[in-house]
Amino acid sequence: MKLTRRSFVGGTLAAPFLAKSGFGQARGSVLRVIPHADLKNIDPIWTTAYISRNHGYMVYDALFAMDQNLKPQPQMVDKWETSADGKTWTFVLRDGLSFHDGKPVTAEDCAASLKRWGKRDAMGQAMFGAVESVSGRDAKTLEIKLTRPYGLLIDSIAKISSNVPFIMPKAIAETDPFKQIESAVGSGPFVFQKAEWVPGSKVVYTKFAGYVPRKEPTSGAAGAKIAKVDRVEWLYIPDPTTCMNALMSGEVDYYEQVPGDLAPVLAKAPGVKIEVLDPIGSQGMVRFNHLVAPTNNVLVRRAIMRAVSQKDALAAAVGNPDYYKECLSIYPCGSPLEAKTGEELVYPSSLDEAKKLLKEANYAGEKLVILQPTDIPITSAFALVVGKACRDIGMNVDVQAMDWSSITSRRAKKEPVDQGGWNMFPTWWIGGDLLNPMSNASLVADPAKAWPGWPTDPKLEELRTAFANASGAEAQKKAAADIQARAIEIGTAVNMGIFFVPVGYRDNVKGMIPSPVQFFWNMEKVSA
Amino acid sequence: MLIFILKRILSTIPVMAVVALVVFLLLRLSPGDPAAVIAGDYATAEQIAKIRIQLGLDQPIYAQFVSWILRLLHGDLGVSIFSNLPVSTLIAQRVEPTTMLALTTIVFSIVVAVPLGVLAAAKAGTWIDRAVMVFAVVGFSVPVFVLGYFFIYGFAIGLRWFPVQGYRSPFDSPADFLAHIALPTVALSAIFIALIARITRASVLEILEEDYIRTARAKGQVERKVLLVHALGNAAVPIVTVIGLGIAALIGGVVVTESVFNIPGLGRLVVDAILKRDYPIIQGLILLFSLVYIVLNLVIDIAYTLLDPRIRY
Amino acid sequence: MTEAAESERETGIVATRPRSARRLAAHTLVMLGIAIMAVMVLAALFAPLLWTGDPLGLNPLQRLRPPSAANWLGTDQFGRDLWTRTVYGARVSLTVGVAVAALSISIGLVTGLVAGYIRVLDAVVMRVMDGVMAIPGVLLAIAMVSLSGASRLTVIVAITVPEIPRVVRLVRAVVLTVREEPYVEAAIGAGTRLPLILIRHVLPNCIPPLIVQATYVCASAMLTEAILSFLGAGTPPEIPSWGNMMAEGRAFFPIAPRIVLFPGVALALTILAVNVLGDGLRDRLDPKIAKRM
Repeated sequence: MKLTRRSFVGGTLAAPFLAKSGFGQARGSVLRVIPHADLKNIDPIWTTAYISRNHGYMVYDALFAMDQNLKPQPQMVDKWETSADGKTWTFVLRDGLSFHDGKPVTAEDCAASLKRWGKRDAMGQAMFGAVESVSGRDAKTLEIKLTRPYGLLIDSIAKISSNVPFIMPKAIAETDPFKQIESAVGSGPFVFQKAEWVPGSKVVYTKFAGYVPRKEPTSGAAGAKIAKVDRVEWLYIPDPTTCMNALMSGEVDYYEQVPGDLAPVLAKAPGVKIEVLDPIGSQGMVRFNHLVAPTNNVLVRRAIMRAVSQKDALAAAVGNPDYYKECLSIYPCGSPLEAKTGEELVYPSSLDEAKKLLKEANYAGEKLVILQPTDIPITSAFALVVGKACRDIGMNVDVQAMDWSSITSRRAKKEPVDQGGWNMFPTWWIGGDLLNPMSNASLVADPAKAWPGWPTDPKLEELRTAFANASGAEAQKKAAADIQARAIEIGTAVNMGIFFVPVGYRDNVKGMIPSPVQFFWNMEKVSA
Repeated sequence: MLIFILKRILSTIPVMAVVALVVFLLLRLSPGDPAAVIAGDYATAEQIAKIRIQLGLDQPIYAQFVSWILRLLHGDLGVSIFSNLPVSTLIAQRVEPTTMLALTTIVFSIVVAVPLGVLAAAKAGTWIDRAVMVFAVVGFSVPVFVLGYFFIYGFAIGLRWFPVQGYRSPFDSPADFLAHIALPTVALSAIFIALIARITRASVLEILEEDYIRTARAKGQVERKVLLVHALGNAAVPIVTVIGLGIAALIGGVVVTESVFNIPGLGRLVVDAILKRDYPIIQGLILLFSLVYIVLNLVIDIAYTLLDPRIRY
Repeated sequence: MTEAAESERETGIVATRPRSARRLAAHTLVMLGIAIMAVMVLAALFAPLLWTGDPLGLNPLQRLRPPSAANWLGTDQFGRDLWTRTVYGARVSLTVGVAVAALSISIGLVTGLVAGYIRVLDAVVMRVMDGVMAIPGVLLAIAMVSLSGASRLTVIVAITVPEIPRVVRLVRAVVLTVREEPYVEAAIGAGTRLPLILIRHVLPNCIPPLIVQATYVCASAMLTEAILSFLGAGTPPEIPSWGNMMAEGRAFFPIAPRIVLFPGVALALTILAVNVLGDGLRDRLDPKIAKRM
């Protein structure tokens, strides 16, 4: 009886909006996107969060950018040259570059932006170690003077992922790098509509009419960046089922990170397509604490590395075999520096070999604390799989569940386990961040500068310096291979393999750019 | 009466003080450190320390408490640690969806539950009565999110009568508003319909036994009129009591419902803030919710005097 | 659910029906409630003997399998057996429910006795209780769990704290009424010491409503544990509770709704049973109602 009353009401209510095509279809071209995370803050230098980086790509432009072959290409720069001794670099900016407030982009803006970036970013810090000065010789010419030749300069400022040296107006770029900027004025293809921003729910960008794109075709982060829709809305929806339902019903157009298990359901839904846009993929990693027992013993670390099977880990964490692949190289398989050195130490995975190593290490039952992030599904699974593998070789394992916020504070602790310390935590990087040993934070082996885990290995540091100074592709490849061998030898982390995260979109959305980072220029909605 | 209201308002102050203290201590003693989260993966210890100083987190706890209270008294709820927007702005953005959801839930619950309770009372002892009561108990035994998922599956995806998620303002489009708010309201109302139906039934039954009802019946007045006019009027007080007590439960339910149906309201704001350790938002919102709870209970106490002339303060 | 009990007590209104038909029907319902409770408790106690496997046993190659002879209810996203986890889940959910009920009743009882009997402390205690009641229970619980990290103990404490004020009010109300009784005044006049008065006169009057309240608190606690897990602040996910099974399984609802459904049904049934039990106990123990039967 009540049901009929409700169904009548439901039918009447449904009528007005069923009449429109889909629920709440927009007038004018609006691209409704479900981003992979909530945009918590708008300063892509202050934080390495990928979502802030994506925001950066919407509203800012950069001097150089990686194309789809991961080669740096000029973006804001028109031409550049190096002096004979390699210590002075001169860049001339393109014509027509202006900020959203109408002011033209000058070399001084670029200088200030690079300096701010250089204070926070790891690769930037390495580069600025060789920099004497960065300044604008005139309005359109940027000059970088070095104390010694630095082969990675272009690679550093062409960096595709966090932190990207976006160019901001000088006044904003002069903000203390440890304070957040307040204004998102940039010179990129979209304008951030701050008044419409609802943190946790909605971010709005509109097309910047004054943007002058390059003439070359779009390729990765490089080439022409043409905004083909008037408005892009990022609608953050935390529940994956709700996201899926919204895409299926047409309430959104694009779903940035589709969980591997839901992809087949979406692929079958009418009007929806699934695709993997990132050819390189993401790498899972479980990091060791080198300071605290039992993981302060290299043989224990290698035992764990030997015990873990990438196949099991990826099957548990990702599920659908279309979306993962085993890859033992620290530099993602398919990227220029991919190497095979050191593999024999960890592959094939074998519980027996691992037990032998554990015995050699004189493991005496010390507690092994693995941190498990409850709010990040894939890495949460990694923690459980590693925990099981360690139990299988006879270790005394304690998996501690907490949210990612808690993990970031817990992993900063260097105390022993019984005083609140930790031994292992899982995380992941996009392949784009791991392309070379300088941008890979897990390879820093100087405990003063290292990322939590704090490996100490002068030899690894030497090898990294050798890479930075290597000239030519051959030398770089050899140096990179040596670094990988050493990293596996000392056990910086357990490599969990590569996984791909597909995107989902309505079939009237076109122009997606294959790349490790999500870009929204070039994308458009064609009429159905 | 006025004195009563004044006394009640004055007694609110120590209660709010307790709330403020509890909330503040709860958060500041927490091990999660927003500075580390903000600093990001590559940060060194000194960088994290710098951020802590900027956020004012390095001050001793009592100093932080005092400065927070002082700002509060000036109406300044502080600034979100993560988004750098004022807490009052964040609240203003999200007040409407939560308030609308709460209002529609209360209205819908009363509209459905009271007739149900009256029906059950009128047919006391029959299978209709049993059915209503069982339905009621089920209503507060099934978790809101389970109900929510079922509704989405059945009505939004299956029958396509309603949208899957989201919120639309009634000021933009009343039709859109109703369509989007329908499923969340029904899911959230389940527990209130159960409570209100039970209490309505119980109070109507009890009053039916009262002498004056027997007198009215003896005088020959029509059965239905007897029920509705006399019994219901007197059942108003307990129903209003239940609503008052249910406000706290409503907030808990709103939080979950906003999560399932993706409604950008205060519930999601506060849960996100708690998980991220965004202290200013957490403190501001919990204070706000508590204040609302206290004010609403005061309003209900005043409503008693209007509903039941026998109640006087 | 505690609100209903509370309001029924506060308003003094009570349910009545034609006697015999009602007693029979009520009797059946309560028996059903007890039966379901018994099944759940037995499942929790004897979990390892009920054809279960290892609740923590990951088996990634068997993930998301539908029900079969090997896995009666199928497997979850890690290949863990759902039958095993649902049965073991009873342990956590019931432990949380019973522990919260026991803790809140005992703490509330002591506090209520103190507040009701010692005038000086009454005002202070009641203000503090009002303050705690003003904070939405779910939010207080989430904040407390985030404070000390997720563990069964923290979750129990976090759910207990918001339940205490209601118990305190209940006990205090009884104490205030009993205190005025002539036989109590006589006892005081005769020089009986306070503890004896409390034990002999006040306590017996508190017990019946407290038992009823305990069942409602137990049901409410199990529901709150599920909500906490759903929001990401519940018991650690490795050890299954019905709440965290549903929370983990929600991402797979479109392809394997059973991961949410089985623990969901188990939870709903148990809460239902406890509520019905509470109703039955109230009918029997609350003197106002008992008189009418």
